[in-house]
Amino acid sequence: MPAGLSPVAPSAAIRARQFSHLFGARPTLKNLDLDIRPNEIFGIIGPAGSGKSTFLRALNRLNDLVPESKVQGRLEVGGLDIYAPGTSVVELRRRLGMVFATPVPLPRSIFENVAFGARLSGVKGQEKLRALVTDALEKTALWDEVKDRLFESAVKLSGGQQQRLCLARVLALRPEFILLDEPTSGLDPVSTMRIEEMLRRLKAEYTIVLVTNNTKQAARVADRTAFFLDGELIEVDDTVKIFSAPSDARTNDYILGRFG
Amino acid sequence: MKVPIPPRLEQRLVQVLLLGFTAVTVFILLFIIYFVLRRGLPALSLGFLTRNPAEMGRSGGIFSTIVGTAALTLLAVAIAAPLGVGTAIYLTEYTRENWVTKVIRFGASCLAGIPSIIFGLFGFILFVTALGFGWSLLSGGLTLAFMLLPTIIRTSEEAIKAVPQSFREVSFSLGSTRWQAVTRVVLPAALPGIVTGIILSIGRSIGETAAVIFTAGSALRLPTSLFSSSRTMSVHFYILAREGISMPNAYATAAVLVLAILLINLATYAMMNRFIRRFR
Repeated sequence: MPAGLSPVAPSAAIRARQFSHLFGARPTLKNLDLDIRPNEIFGIIGPAGSGKSTFLRALNRLNDLVPESKVQGRLEVGGLDIYAPGTSVVELRRRLGMVFATPVPLPRSIFENVAFGARLSGVKGQEKLRALVTDALEKTALWDEVKDRLFESAVKLSGGQQQRLCLARVLALRPEFILLDEPTSGLDPVSTMRIEEMLRRLKAEYTIVLVTNNTKQAARVADRTAFFLDGELIEVDDTVKIFSAPSDARTNDYILGRFG
Repeated sequence: MKVPIPPRLEQRLVQVLLLGFTAVTVFILLFIIYFVLRRGLPALSLGFLTRNPAEMGRSGGIFSTIVGTAALTLLAVAIAAPLGVGTAIYLTEYTRENWVTKVIRFGASCLAGIPSIIFGLFGFILFVTALGFGWSLLSGGLTLAFMLLPTIIRTSEEAIKAVPQSFREVSFSLGSTRWQAVTRVVLPAALPGIVTGIILSIGRSIGETAAVIFTAGSALRLPTSLFSSSRTMSVHFYILAREGISMPNAYATAAVLVLAILLINLATYAMMNRFIRRFR
């Protein structure tokens, strides 16, 4: 949290109050009430179409790219109402780094991919950028693998490396939050494990929201987990509780694989 | 009764048929090139390229028409490329599909279908007479630019649309403005397609005669300014052949034209390959 933004550390880093989202007339999120705490890994599980990704994309307002996207209610990030008129979407997105389901390396060099966000915000000077890139690649355990080919195309990396590159690209933004949208859905078990280890380490510095199709992944890494169904928040609790004694029968059915 | 064709045979037949089509296409292309070079190369020499035409083109070279062609083409592309690519960016990235974009796109398609001689007439009335530019490189360049616009808009639009949406999402999610997303992600990825469109239009403007005769005129002097009338190689070829001035020189000019277009294409492909290898 940057200094001066909030005098008191807020109890919730992200807070939704009666927050709804619609694509045209179709509601995709219905009256969410949800608190995400600072420095936790917050898992979101639910079947396809339950609104998990929509919620994530509401947080960094990526839904705005879809023409008929509308919101109601209140969604706060770090105490700021992000849908209030006059909010700078560009600044908001710099605070919430996002990793997508399929790794999307831009058709540039490894270095330029990681430095992309920093360059956008006007960071100049090879020294500064280099330090930033090195740091981000070290944090994602990619440095040793790519240090000799920083200026080669990022597209040539393996899938797992590409996804870690995308994470490094986000870290180089120096964000406060990391949003992950099914980040390991296309990766092999070993690459998945590495990403999960990384997330556990990163939560000391960041608040992490992890949307996943893989309930076991939420069980492994999330501190608290929310279950979404048809755009509604069915329940949210400590991960241990959700996976051992959920209070809603639908949560239990989903976790046990009875539907979804 | 339906005679069943064994799948292997069918596969084989289709393959042979398609190969045949390709062979015919390539053969026609090569034959045209061979024909033009066969007739043109004997009269071609370094002097032909570096000397100005004399006696209406009966003797001398074609230097002034090479300069005229290059100047006119560069001018037309310099005007049409920014306008066309800009329009394509606007249509794809800055507006949502609505009736205005449909009208613009429909207008551009109609423009593409108009015969070049109509463009020539339009250019003659607007630039040569009404605006008083006279028969000049400027009138010709502007006229050609309008003629090229639809092609450039259409090819740029297709190239920009082919850039994966995920690239834009990544760019926006990393805090880019729309303009930054366009200039740093979309345009570099679309560049090969955009350049292909521009090359096509360069070829078209080099080969254009009707629109050029009406607007740039057919003076044989070396052009000295934007307001000089000038003759392009295509126009020179047309006049030499049509008036029966000199068939050898006409074919030699044609050979230079064909070689120039080949060269431009080769150079561009080489450039694009290097570019693509750097970024893919």
